[in-house]
Amino acid sequence: MSERRFTEDHEWIDLDGEIGTVGITDFAQEQLGEVVFVEVPDVGKTVSKGDETAVVESVKAASELYAPCAGEVVEANDALADTPDLVNSDPEGAAWFYKIKISDKAEFDALMDADAYKAHTEA
Amino acid sequence: MADTDLLKTPLYDLHVELGAKMVPFAGYDMPVQYPMGVKAEHLHTRAKAGLFDVSHMGQVKLTGPDAARDLERLVPGDLDGLGHGQMRYTMFTNEAGGILDDLMVCRIENGLMVVVNAACKDADIRHMRAHLSSEIEVLEDRALIALQGPGAEMALSALAPAAATLTFMTGLEMDIDGAACFVTRSGYTGEDGYEISVPADEAEALARKLLAQNDVEAIGLGARDSLRLEAGLCLYGHDIDETTTPVEAALTWSIGKRRRTEGGFPGADVILKQIAEGTARKRVGILPEGRAPAREGTEIQAPDGSTIGAITSGGFGPTLEAPVAMGYVTAEHSAAGSAVNVVVRGKALPARTAKMPFVPNGYKR
Repeated sequence: MSERRFTEDHEWIDLDGEIGTVGITDFAQEQLGEVVFVEVPDVGKTVSKGDETAVVESVKAASELYAPCAGEVVEANDALADTPDLVNSDPEGAAWFYKIKISDKAEFDALMDADAYKAHTEA
Repeated sequence: MADTDLLKTPLYDLHVELGAKMVPFAGYDMPVQYPMGVKAEHLHTRAKAGLFDVSHMGQVKLTGPDAARDLERLVPGDLDGLGHGQMRYTMFTNEAGGILDDLMVCRIENGLMVVVNAACKDADIRHMRAHLSSEIEVLEDRALIALQGPGAEMALSALAPAAATLTFMTGLEMDIDGAACFVTRSGYTGEDGYEISVPADEAEALARKLLAQNDVEAIGLGARDSLRLEAGLCLYGHDIDETTTPVEAALTWSIGKRRRTEGGFPGADVILKQIAEGTARKRVGILPEGRAPAREGTEIQAPDGSTIGAITSGGFGPTLEAPVAMGYVTAEHSAAGSAVNVVVRGKALPARTAKMPFVPNGYKR
């Protein structure tokens, strides 16, 4: 049973054991417009919370994804290279960007839950 | 500038009603996209017809016994060679040969109709008033609507049959369902289409009549930018500015033979020397090989890693389903098909210089 948290920069992370799956929220894809290119991180890369880990380009501009938690990238969603529009059609499902083995659960616990994120987007 | 200081075009209320996302652009509150989205709006324009509000642009009427020769003192285009109703793309140049703005000029009875960029219009008007003897009238009470795409002729000629008689780069005064308009067969998307100058108080009604035609949808500035990029057309302030000359910008085609012989425009000595001897750098199309867009400011390198220029406009081309860009490179790398690299987020990605337009144009000549 996984648990989902959100960042102020509109990433979501599902935590299952110590593996977190990261993507961008429906709110974020709506703001970005049509996504045309996605760059995912290399497996094995070690990141700190807040590091740039992936890039999503829309017809308008490039935006970075920041690591919601520190850890090691254990899997990347290579399907996004060929079908970047998945980010628009299924942002909180099939269009996950990467999986990370987190090193400090406290960082996860400090992120916003669904209600707090909803309030954040409506602010 | 606070949003409350932004100017509104006569079509502002219609944009809001249609659900447009409004953004500040050149001092105006303009629609960047509608609910359809930039990509779909772009593809719709290429396949059918798009209606664009370009009322922020400056419309100026020059009248006088020899307005064409008069304006030639500020631009390198051959305006005297224009027949009645013919139009031409040209640019205001400075003494160094740099470009102050680009503009469209159409010869009319007793003068010229001129359309200039929104961000430059105040400076352009001051420039013309300072140097020209013609009477200069800024048409503040008119909107400008662009109808672009293969379906534009059918949609407009349903309201004004005379529209079908125009060919590319010609203009005509015509009545469109009761509105006294000045219509040119031109635009800036690479498609067949029209720009319609309409009295401000009749603009919304005309826009609604056009939107009621089969296949016409409202299109925002976002798609206008990707369309003109695929068409290889320069955006002032990005691809051309005071630091670029028409020759460097690959706009030499817009300088007629007579002007090359006679000169007589600002920066003629610089520009004519460049036409004869070439330039150190040149504007080219750039096609990145992967899917990553190379945007404005991206460094362009030779295969050996040396810097040879920068991207001035770049993004994703919805028609090509691929990234497209243009920029300046050194002359030795400017031949179409040259291998170059574009440095995106620190990575040198392979790209090639390419002929423009990237998408064949659909002009009715």
